[in-house]
Amino acid sequence: MSVEAATADIGAGRLVVRVWRGAANGAFQTFEVARRPNQTVLDVVTEIQREHDPSLAYRFACRVGMCGSCAMIVNGRPRWTCRTRVAKTGQDGVLTLEPLRNLPIVKDLAVDMEAFFTKWRDAKGFFEPGPAPADDFAVVKPDSPERRAADAGVECINCGVCYSACDVVSWNPDYLGPAALNRAWTLVNDVRDKGQKARMGAISGDVGCHSCHSHMSCTEFCPKSLGPTFAIAGLKRETAKRAWRRRS
Amino acid sequence: MTIASQTFRASRRKPGFLAAALHRISGVALAIFLPLHFIALGTALSGADRLQSFLALTENPVVKVAEWGLVSALALHMALGMRVLAIEFLGMRDRTAVTVSFACAFGVAVGLVFLMSAA
Repeated sequence: MSVEAATADIGAGRLVVRVWRGAANGAFQTFEVARRPNQTVLDVVTEIQREHDPSLAYRFACRVGMCGSCAMIVNGRPRWTCRTRVAKTGQDGVLTLEPLRNLPIVKDLAVDMEAFFTKWRDAKGFFEPGPAPADDFAVVKPDSPERRAADAGVECINCGVCYSACDVVSWNPDYLGPAALNRAWTLVNDVRDKGQKARMGAISGDVGCHSCHSHMSCTEFCPKSLGPTFAIAGLKRETAKRAWRRRS
Repeated sequence: MTIASQTFRASRRKPGFLAAALHRISGVALAIFLPLHFIALGTALSGADRLQSFLALTENPVVKVAEWGLVSALALHMALGMRVLAIEFLGMRDRTAVTVSFACAFGVAVGLVFLMSAA
């Protein structure tokens, strides 16, 4: 069905959905589904897959904004589809759904997230306990600056929205990206972590925090309202501080 | 999809991207200007007359407009640079749209002051 023919039905409470089909060289296919109250974008995709075309590939798990697997480009903007109501997407009656940018498309709306998670590892985005376990529990005051800085970024659900929105990733595919650097920043502020030297080395190179241009797309689009731009700024400050200390 | 619609796609129509784009464009303009500036200064080495005849070029209206552009670009580049420094070293978080607007207004204002003083 053409978009024009389908949009004529909007008045009848129908929703026109243009869905990306295929891999990188695919095309949009248009579906028409019923409009329902409080319908989310993920509800629409599920309806298309169950009622119209069972071959549609997409990814979801929890449906409540915890697992981070259902992110897509909705009307040009990266979003978590399970917590995005159709009514809030801006374009009345028409929904355009594409797979996340900056990651290879597997099929339709599903992308290969491997590079995203590999970079998480490359940025040393994991806790490093050191060679021997600590003698006692670390005392971390909830209102200490380090704890607050870690708290600000620790709720990431790995959805890939920031990575998809990042212009630096699209220009330099090796750039570690906002999510991995945000995770590294939470660990830089973890007083128990013993792997800071390797982490600072990993994030201060050519593909690390200093490549960020502060476009702030990651912060604009993060569905959890985190601020990866500011986490990356924190890493820039920390690397500058360490370079200064080494010199003096 | 055209290059323009791809470059200014929905997810990029944000003050942060605009700030970075203006910062880059003004920076490139200044980088192109600097060698020309040094050539102009270099003419003084071969005598006051050479420098004077080169400076006569600045009376040309086209050069005047270019000068205005450069002064505006310099002010804009400085203001946007201060914004980046504030984010990175002072941890300033909020009001992206306001700070970017102020930076642009500063660039335009300095350009206007230059035009008025030249007139």
